[in-house]
Amino acid sequence: MTTNVPVIDAHPAVPSLPKNYLNCSAGFMSWAGTLDHKRIGLMYLIGTGIAFLAGGLFALLVRLHLWEPHGMLFSNETYNQVFTLHGAFMVFLFVIPAIPGSLGNMVMPLMLGAKDVALPRLNLLSFYLWITGAVLATLAIILGGFDTGWTFYTPYSLYTDQAVVSIGLAVFTLGFSSIFTGLNFIVTVHKLRAPGLTWFRMPLFVWAIYATSILQVLATPVLGITVLLVAFERLYHIGIFDPRLGGDPVLFEHFFWFYSHPAVYIMVLPAFGIISELVSVHSRKPLFGYKLIAFSSIAIAIISFLVWGHHMFTSGQSTYAMFAFSFLTFFVAIPTAIKEFSWVATIWKGSIALNSPMLYTLAFLIIFAIGGLTGVILGSLNVDLHLHDTYFVVAHFHYVMMGSIALAFFAGLHHWWPKMFGVMYDETLAKIACGIIFVGFNATFIPQFIMGSQGMPRRYATYVPEFAGYHMASTCGAMLLGCGVALMVYYLVASLLQRKPAMENQWGGVTLDWQTPTPPPLENFHTPPKVVHEVYDYSTLDLHSMQRPIS
Amino acid sequence: MSHDGHHSVVVPAPGPEFVPHTVAHHFDTPVQEFQAAKLGFWLFLATEILLFGGLFAAYFYYHEMYPETFKVGGHQLDWKLGALNTTVLLASSWTMAMGVRSAQTSQKQKTLMFCGLTVLGAAAFMVVKFFEYSAKNEHGFIVFKNLFAPYDEATGQLAWFQPHGTEMANVPHGHMFFAIYLTMTAIHGLHVIIGAGLIVWVMKGVAKGRFHSGYFLPVDLVGLYWHLVDLIWIFLFPLLYLVP
Repeated sequence: MTTNVPVIDAHPAVPSLPKNYLNCSAGFMSWAGTLDHKRIGLMYLIGTGIAFLAGGLFALLVRLHLWEPHGMLFSNETYNQVFTLHGAFMVFLFVIPAIPGSLGNMVMPLMLGAKDVALPRLNLLSFYLWITGAVLATLAIILGGFDTGWTFYTPYSLYTDQAVVSIGLAVFTLGFSSIFTGLNFIVTVHKLRAPGLTWFRMPLFVWAIYATSILQVLATPVLGITVLLVAFERLYHIGIFDPRLGGDPVLFEHFFWFYSHPAVYIMVLPAFGIISELVSVHSRKPLFGYKLIAFSSIAIAIISFLVWGHHMFTSGQSTYAMFAFSFLTFFVAIPTAIKEFSWVATIWKGSIALNSPMLYTLAFLIIFAIGGLTGVILGSLNVDLHLHDTYFVVAHFHYVMMGSIALAFFAGLHHWWPKMFGVMYDETLAKIACGIIFVGFNATFIPQFIMGSQGMPRRYATYVPEFAGYHMASTCGAMLLGCGVALMVYYLVASLLQRKPAMENQWGGVTLDWQTPTPPPLENFHTPPKVVHEVYDYSTLDLHSMQRPIS
Repeated sequence: MSHDGHHSVVVPAPGPEFVPHTVAHHFDTPVQEFQAAKLGFWLFLATEILLFGGLFAAYFYYHEMYPETFKVGGHQLDWKLGALNTTVLLASSWTMAMGVRSAQTSQKQKTLMFCGLTVLGAAAFMVVKFFEYSAKNEHGFIVFKNLFAPYDEATGQLAWFQPHGTEMANVPHGHMFFAIYLTMTAIHGLHVIIGAGLIVWVMKGVAKGRFHSGYFLPVDLVGLYWHLVDLIWIFLFPLLYLVP
């Protein structure tokens, strides 16, 4: 079969405006009732993007409050609510759903050469469950807020007079949204790969999303029953987590972290997937250690089920359990390090394009090395007893969640933005914003590492004056970070209004997502693709048309 | 087979009383569609088992912590009613399996009959459950009208657990057994009701002739769901009624 591919440089994507998924139909219902994975992905992008900005605003308020040792803005109670909102919004409404929901939905079926995900109705249901969860979370704020921290630790979450049931139901609903997305993606990868697309020809983003999906399906139900039990506990005092009634609050911690540690990998594996794609495309080199990266995703998915106890080193669990959890925590660092080394080795002697997606990727590689290694520090028993519940922990997981996952998300967003919309953003502004975000991020959290190691406890509304300098530095960094993100939002939105056309294959990618018109047509491919080449084989790319034969 | 994405594959109906099935546009073959849905449903069943897994973990944890409570608590349940319900559910699993088989062989009336029998089984199960709950209510083990009453900090008494004058009054944290009993059986009962609703929905499709040898996927999946509901009860019955 022959493909009639337009010559790209002469025919930019936008002015001709061929029918694509964005303009093939219009009106509210064509979006609200859509079964198209790309439109659903776009709605996820908007939803999770708003949640990120809201969560970020709460973070800035927290940092502003901590400018002075006695707190600048809120009462202690309000401060507790604001940092809880920051955590709950960021974790449940942004970090967990953002990459699978938006980029996963948008790109993964394209990479597989499929017309859609396997279960499109379930996909739309996932999105509406996300919306319901977001509404319930917002309702909880209106009902008086919640101050338990995003972890809802019992017994405090049972005794506080705040809207815990509402936020619990929100988390339950969001959990099912996440489960259905994962289930859908597993089935899609198994059943909808294009002819010739063997497992080891799949792009690593797909591998990462697949491993994530396994975790979503197998871990999230336990969180579901846990928050349900907390809600029952508040509604009719079953006593399971309530020490007044003979229950054990530590059982809650076990249940919670049995989900929430794998959830850390639900958050970070898709980010790994994005980075794997981007280092290859922007270095124009096949990935170093393709199979190692693929298998390390699966290894992480499995081991991550066995490390939850490292969140509970001070909870009084048995010493032997702590040995095992500590060992397994070190062990899970191995497949993670394999990825980091493979990415660096991929860049080595590549033809590196220092465009904005690559700059975000490089920022990720540096920040993730720090975030990962401080995790190993926290995994050692004796050190953790000192660092538990200090700002060191806060800085560690922000290096992973914000510095690594959010930056990888930004990298992916910049990478696939031209694919999604057919327009290009202002590259200069993008590079400046990336620099501001990188500097601002490190300025925020390096002081937190230092004051944490000196004993500054997390979650407190006030602190001793000795830590004032570190807190001020951290707040300045956070403001800078906020400015960087604001600049990014500005030029991305501006690109949609200015409509500077992107090229058909903006970065010269060889995976199937770049072998279809930009933006893609509703059915993804005009001709059903057939994969004949190995993945990331850039020698097969026709440098004139920026396409390679797909059927 | 369609390649342009605009035409879908149609599975013909086996007879005039049946409706042809149109394969969803993003699948190439009916087999692919069937396998995708089936894989997805098995994964969903796994999440259901994990959801109950949390409850089972809580059961074993507190069984270990308060063995006396669970021993005496189990004796308060009527194992004969539990056994009756186990028999009813097992029989209904058989009728459901026969329903699925009849759908696969395009036997409309038989499918309707077997699915109807399964719904009757579900109803019988819930009736027995109702009598069991009523007995617990009378003994004061689960006082349903006080279920949502606030916890009295001063007396340390739960409003919904009033076992005065029974053996349960003498064991530590007697409410723990009935809290776990109620939570597990109520969530399971909810699944029975949802399952029965799904079977009724399937029966409507059967009556319209939508399910036949060429397309019986929804009957098959609802059947799997019903077997899971049965399977969870198979574990609940000995743990709650017999182990003590």
